[in-house]
Amino acid sequence: MKVSLGPLLYCWPKEKVIEFYQAVANSQLPLVYLGETICSRRRELKFTDYMDLAHMLRASGKEVVISTLALLEAPSEYTELKKQVDNGEFTIEANDIGAVQAAKELGLPFICGPTVNNYNLASLKKLHSWGMQRFVMPVELSKHWLDKVISTETPAFEVEVFGHGFMPLALSARCFTARHKGLTKDKCQTICISNSKGLLAQTQESEPLLRLNGIQTQSAASIDLSSEKADMERMGVDYFRVSPSSLRSVELADTLFDGEHQRQVKQEKRESELSCNGYWHQQAGFSTL
Amino acid sequence: MELLCPAGNLASLKTALNAGADAVYLGLKNDTNARSFAGLNFTPKKLQQAAEYTKKQGKKIFLTINTFPKPGEEKRWYEAVDIAANTGIDALIMADLSLLDYAHSHYPHLPLHLSVQASATNLGALKLYKEEFNIERAVLPRVLSMKQVRDLSKVTPVDLEVFAFGSLCIMAEGRCHLSSYVTGQSPNTGGSCSPAKHVRWQEKEGTRLTRLNEVLIDKSSINEQMGYPVVCKGRYTTQDNSEPTHLLESPTSLNTLSLLPELAKAKVVSLKIEGRQRSPAYVEQVTSVWRRAIDTYLNNPTQYRTRDEWNRALSKVSEGQTTTLGAYERIWQ
Repeated sequence: MKVSLGPLLYCWPKEKVIEFYQAVANSQLPLVYLGETICSRRRELKFTDYMDLAHMLRASGKEVVISTLALLEAPSEYTELKKQVDNGEFTIEANDIGAVQAAKELGLPFICGPTVNNYNLASLKKLHSWGMQRFVMPVELSKHWLDKVISTETPAFEVEVFGHGFMPLALSARCFTARHKGLTKDKCQTICISNSKGLLAQTQESEPLLRLNGIQTQSAASIDLSSEKADMERMGVDYFRVSPSSLRSVELADTLFDGEHQRQVKQEKRESELSCNGYWHQQAGFSTL
Repeated sequence: MELLCPAGNLASLKTALNAGADAVYLGLKNDTNARSFAGLNFTPKKLQQAAEYTKKQGKKIFLTINTFPKPGEEKRWYEAVDIAANTGIDALIMADLSLLDYAHSHYPHLPLHLSVQASATNLGALKLYKEEFNIERAVLPRVLSMKQVRDLSKVTPVDLEVFAFGSLCIMAEGRCHLSSYVTGQSPNTGGSCSPAKHVRWQEKEGTRLTRLNEVLIDKSSINEQMGYPVVCKGRYTTQDNSEPTHLLESPTSLNTLSLLPELAKAKVVSLKIEGRQRSPAYVEQVTSVWRRAIDTYLNNPTQYRTRDEWNRALSKVSEGQTTTLGAYERIWQ
């Protein structure tokens, strides 16, 4: 099993994004997903900037996948998506079934991201027949589910598990960040740039619950399945995805399966971050077993 | 424009049809649909009765099989499709690729509607489902603005159905894990959103605490009008605001009466009323108001205006007794 780096889900200033991917280029990570998946109003980086980053990462030996928007609403967003799909060089991660269609139309291979509804083998086979090479298991599904799907026959496609990071839980038309700051979506000033890991929301009993990231809602707790490595290997999982939230995520991904460092990284993390693994064990996502 | 109403049981179905629904939608009594509340839905025998009654009235009946089959248990979902095909259902409402594939290949003449759970918001998605499974209609998620609905209607290869009234789901349906994050049960796999067995109310020193799987979703005064507790309509604090607020949305219902002319002009074929879990009284109230509104519009489109008494009647059965245009209105977004 290899480690992959999921797309950056937050809005960061352009220089910070470039610095981040330079660190990625210097890491051992074999597979990197890249692109804006949350909001088309975030324009710090444009299509050509992402392509430049993709070239830079490929030159440093990485396999690069271009990730697409998860919620497509305006016709302009669909046009932009088609441009991404037809980039001529890199495979795409389809985060909406519309992206699947765009790839299928051009006869191009694609990866299914975690926001595409994949809940059984027959659906996955259908998607494979249209060009799906790999799928990222929807975050709410479990080890038990995956076992049932891939244990009866070796699938013709690869499997990736969202193994570490704040989980994508929901998407809305409404920009929660803009609203929280008293702004409208159309005049949002890309205010989400001020929360580099989203805005933490707590219950009235001070329990961290959610993370607001523009139109996306994430988990307050970071999923951590690093101790499930052996199980995943045995089952035949191909990639363990780390969803980045800071430069440290690259470090973590890099050392995740490197025995010596693993313990150290986990210990550091425990002090600063709430973690969970409930979904993997068929429980409420926020719980820890 | 079709008025499509919910039927949680036979009583609601009859009420809806008598109050002027053109069509009804309903589900089987198991986890093949996303409203698997106890005491709701139809056995195959009741479904037969429902279909016969509806046909006699000259109306249409659609069956929702809108959850995603679980590995190893697919049979139950395939059987649901078989039952529908053998009961004379007018269309199936489905989201899962494998089920659409099964229905399309086994019963090519059975019309298929794409469920809102498929979360199809764009031309690409609609094209794929049309080309592969010949769907006739798609239900749009409650995330598009009126302009986006209009734009999509100009290019869509299938008929469009929209939510016109009922509980406001503020997330792209079918792709929301908030309920499973807190309770472990997902609407996508057969549990409903915020399953009732996880809901607990506590009264404490003049306040009411609302808990979902022991997580405090809201704190209110005893007299406050509260909606059904869901994660997205709770009150929370943030790092920069210790005052609890409805960070995502307050308890409110969707009401698009004022958009009726625009929806008609966008050639939306069906207006869906949400609420299979609601009582026959709700179905009666909402269906009759919408029947009057649609007829008023059709009789004289240019003179149509929403009447206060219609809105008043709908407010009474709305969450928190307030309504909104939701994402249809750009300012809400």
